Amino acid sequence: MTVTAKAPPVSDERLSKPRVLDRLVVRPEIGAALGALLVFVFFSAATEQFLSLAGAATWLDDASTLGIMAVAVALLMIGGEFDLSAGVMTASTALVTAILSTQLGVNVWLALLISLAFALGVGALNGWLVMRTGLPSFIVTLGSFLALQGLNLGVTRLVTGSVQVSGMRDTAGYESAGYLFASTFPVFGQEFYVSIVWWVLFTAVAAILLVGTKFGNWIFAVGGAAMSSRAVGVPVLRTKVVLFMTTAFAAWLVGSINILRFTSVQANQGIGLEFQYIIAAVIGGCLLTGGFGSALGAAIGALIFGMARQGIVYANWNSDWFQLFLGVMLLSAVLVNNVLRRRAERVRR
Amino acid sequence: MTTPLIETKDIGKTYGSVIALSDVSTVVHAGEVTCVLGDNGAGKSTLIKILAGVHQHDEGSFQVEGEEIRFSSPREALDHGIATVYQDLAVVPLMSVWRNFFLGSEPTTALGFIDRKQGRAVTKKALSDMGIDLRDVEQPVGTLSGGERQCVAIARAVHFGAKVLILDEPTAALGVKQAGVVLKYVAQARDRGLGVVLITHNPHHAYPVANRFLLLKRGRALGSYEKDEIDIEELTRQMAGGAELEALAHELRAAEA
Repeated sequence: MTVTAKAPPVSDERLSKPRVLDRLVVRPEIGAALGALLVFVFFSAATEQFLSLAGAATWLDDASTLGIMAVAVALLMIGGEFDLSAGVMTASTALVTAILSTQLGVNVWLALLISLAFALGVGALNGWLVMRTGLPSFIVTLGSFLALQGLNLGVTRLVTGSVQVSGMRDTAGYESAGYLFASTFPVFGQEFYVSIVWWVLFTAVAAILLVGTKFGNWIFAVGGAAMSSRAVGVPVLRTKVVLFMTTAFAAWLVGSINILRFTSVQANQGIGLEFQYIIAAVIGGCLLTGGFGSALGAAIGALIFGMARQGIVYANWNSDWFQLFLGVMLLSAVLVNNVLRRRAERVRR
Repeated sequence: MTTPLIETKDIGKTYGSVIALSDVSTVVHAGEVTCVLGDNGAGKSTLIKILAGVHQHDEGSFQVEGEEIRFSSPREALDHGIATVYQDLAVVPLMSVWRNFFLGSEPTTALGFIDRKQGRAVTKKALSDMGIDLRDVEQPVGTLSGGERQCVAIARAVHFGAKVLILDEPTAALGVKQAGVVLKYVAQARDRGLGVVLITHNPHHAYPVANRFLLLKRGRALGSYEKDEIDIEELTRQMAGGAELEALAHELRAAEA
């Protein structure tokens, strides 16, 4: 560290001195962290409940399931792809689990496993289709988004005669599975949902994977320049398919958390959420063009979401204002990211 | 005479009914530069894609160190010590220099994590061995100049034990000074005992470093010369179309009169 950071004795006349600001600004999550701090301070000052333990439990919970998805979507976006089916997948996985255990009497644990296999299968199919056809993932996953939406409604109506599945509470294995996915734990006398732990865990694993492993290096590479990566021997297809499967896995985790907490699921749930995931990832510093971003940033992006959504409730404002806030947040994030990218990509001739 | 690293005899390639390359013979020796010259569409790309394992030849013989070979993938060519640096595909701009350097061959610790300290140190050493003096290997490659990017890619190929280095138009998008810098590293790779295949359409870039010239035109070999058989004027004349250009000049004069 000390040796490499030292400047060589003869300096290159084409290079100017590195600026501390330059080094700091290259971190993709800096903008999001500042935004989160701003939102936190604002609502802490503007409302009573926001800074209380009960308040924190609420907005952290709101951010948690969104955060799990945002982190997975961020990995995929860094890898240069989108997944529009991610939102609907959270409902599909919940429906598979619910239908299997309430209608067919399958043990909840087994139902969860089958649902996981289903999710990974859809993820792999998404990835394989994108890579085989060479079509933009935007259009391919728009297709799987619509297909899943149709399946969710169609199969649910076929099996239950309505558009919701409920009654998870009476199924075998509900207690133990619920403990893992939907229980609460006390901190200073305030109950926090376990989904927050899943969020933190998922973010930590993703962040370490991204910057500390070979696979993480490949994610940046395939998103930044797929052909160059292939030329030096990076398995581009495998990397991208695994990323699609990771998003599907996250959707399964969120679907499982939802079904075990609320014990029922609407067949039209999850529609439109895919854009929230992308927005959180972009606020967290992901480029829409791939090759740049951060898992931690996406988690912070989701935190901003949760804090603002609940803060507006505490402030007794109309929730319409949330959309305005979101739009402004997204635009400023995109502008900041754009500057960052040009800084990193600029060519000096 | 030692066995050449690469030898092609009457090699050819067709895409459907299009003959992209036919009857091209050349040789690449260790410590020498073979220069492939030709205009757009002359078959330069097809030839190097065969050598690099991207495409397979349909006719003739392709030998690597005396062994008849047909690569099924770029990875296989790489395993035989043939590394290719493409003009636009050399690096991932948003990644740091050392991460680019090790992309696909990352050094890992016992726990399976990337060994960043070693990665940075080795990159810095390998680059300075090639005479490339970078202040910070943590900076994104995109902040380097076009010439420096090519150099990082060349240094990477040399470091990972390439025996043959194929350079696709390394100087095409560069200014005069930058092109000179890249040619210096080409010479350095040659002096380290690598066989180099340099693709270019600029005879002034080719002549100072090359030992051998292969001129391609419309998929065929227009000529193959050792350096002592041809001077730069003749090389330029042939490159530019030679006799055809004279005929054209004649025609124009006739039209004016």
